[in-house]
Amino acid sequence: MSVPLSEATAPAASAGPGRGARLLRLLSDPMGALGILLVLAVVFGAIFADVLTQYSPTKLAPRDRFLPPDAAHLLGTDQLGRDLFTRVLHGARIALGVALVAASASFAGGLILGMIAGYGPRWLDSLLLLLFDALRSFPTVMLALALVTLAGPSLSAVVLVVVLATLPGYARVVRAQTMSLKGAEFVLAARALGAPARRILPVHIMPNIIGPLLILASMDIPVVITIEAGMSFLGLGVRPPTPSWGSILNDGFSFIRESPWPAIAGGLPIVIATLGFTFLGETLRDQFDPRLRKDA
Amino acid sequence: MLAYAVKRTGLAVVITAVALVMLISVIQFIPGDPAAVLLGPLATPELRESFRVEMGLDQPTIVQIARFFGRVVTGDLGTDVLTHRPVALTVLEQMPFTLALIAAGIGWAALLGIPLGCFAAVRRGSLADRVIAVLSVSMIAVPSFVVAIYSLLFFSVKLGWFPTIGAGEPGDRIDQLHHLVLPSLAVGLGWVGYLARMVRASMLEVLTENHIRMARAFGLRERTITFRYALKLAVIPTVVLLGIGVGHMISGAVFAEIVFARPGVGRLIYDAVITRNYPVVIGGVMITTAFYVLCTLVADLVAAWLDPRVRSAL
Repeated sequence: MSVPLSEATAPAASAGPGRGARLLRLLSDPMGALGILLVLAVVFGAIFADVLTQYSPTKLAPRDRFLPPDAAHLLGTDQLGRDLFTRVLHGARIALGVALVAASASFAGGLILGMIAGYGPRWLDSLLLLLFDALRSFPTVMLALALVTLAGPSLSAVVLVVVLATLPGYARVVRAQTMSLKGAEFVLAARALGAPARRILPVHIMPNIIGPLLILASMDIPVVITIEAGMSFLGLGVRPPTPSWGSILNDGFSFIRESPWPAIAGGLPIVIATLGFTFLGETLRDQFDPRLRKDA
Repeated sequence: MLAYAVKRTGLAVVITAVALVMLISVIQFIPGDPAAVLLGPLATPELRESFRVEMGLDQPTIVQIARFFGRVVTGDLGTDVLTHRPVALTVLEQMPFTLALIAAGIGWAALLGIPLGCFAAVRRGSLADRVIAVLSVSMIAVPSFVVAIYSLLFFSVKLGWFPTIGAGEPGDRIDQLHHLVLPSLAVGLGWVGYLARMVRASMLEVLTENHIRMARAFGLRERTITFRYALKLAVIPTVVLLGIGVGHMISGAVFAEIVFARPGVGRLIYDAVITRNYPVVIGGVMITTAFYVLCTLVADLVAAWLDPRVRSAL
């Protein structure tokens, strides 16, 4: 991706219509509106999980096992009689929590390493690029399997896998941007005035990169959710009885012949969340920075 | 072209080497004693110590890495803890199943993705185009393991159209294909979306080019133009995309193999994680990673061969 991501010869914030107009345009796009709706539903469910249902996500009720959906149990119950809707809502907390923590860590790491690679000496750039490429050469699930074998399953393992899998992507974009900004007049001017790199990078370069990077990050949220759910599905992430969408889906898979509902209930929130965040991210990108398109 | 091929191959070798070093040094940085984690809580101190010596974990990092590389170069990836067979053999035995799965996944992607993208490009801006766009994005977004579970639930358990477990009778091609349909759909569905988008975008680009305008001026039928002239060119960039796609498909294959209880490398490594069969995990991850690097290399070389502009990019 050698094309500059934004027209970044001047601070980027000033260009384009106001925020209200942008939001309106976002809502007028059917895909964007649907994305916002789905994302809001997930966020709402996560925040009000305790209020929205009367059940506990972990308390067992063996008599109620494998109930089909009805008014009392909106998504039915699982093999231990736990209300699946309640577990799905609480699972949203795990999914969004991990997404937030892991995506921020990856974002920050990619930003710093990318700027260092783009601004620093050539040898450091080559070294970092090589590391990024090597990291990207692991299929994500393989990375997860290898790490968890050595460190044991945990939420921090999930976060680590997400960071290792997504950081190189950010870093490469930041690096390319930093390189194209390095020769911009306002950067050259700051350098001529004697500003050191530790001032130029955060003050002059970072503000021009962060916009496109945020859009990229919003598009990575579904990827992060997928990694968390996938690892929990494989038993490499969240440990039972903590509800994660992935582990609910795995329970449902184990008992798929007894009842289809736990499997459906485990997959549904993953579909809703990944679609919602993807629709939103795609629309944001098309409206704010179409050149970020990977395949166009 | 030769200079590019040599440079690109060299880069691939270096990247693989660095990735392997990373994998090995991870053992050093992981908090806690790997011997304790791998052997479980019931292992005696003597057992842990002998395991450490056996695995070379008592040596300094540099020595471990050097030894490890020495062994890898000669094709020795260690010994399976449970069966005492060479790891490389165990992994490579399972490879054909995973390769078949990935190939069939690519088959789905090409079979559905190329026509969808082509159709969307020809009907640009129409309702069909927009529906295909949303559909493509959705196929990309939904994780392969959800597709696997839902298709298992619906087509196998509910409707009974497809088998739920295994890879089919050895030697019976029809039966094997029958077992391959759903798992490969799970692996390939996301790539149907990617391919549709890619083909649409590059079709739109190609359709504005001079030779297409020329063909129109000559009064060739629109269908001939689309399929004989435009599509041929528009498919080229998808080759590179598929090279990268193989990496994602390897990840997807792990899930598909587990959900449909198929043999394969993904399942082998997963089972090895569960049984703490550490050499098989590391060996399997190494082989699949090397395979992925190889696929991207081949894709880049093919792209460079088809399009000289790519060669100057390295």
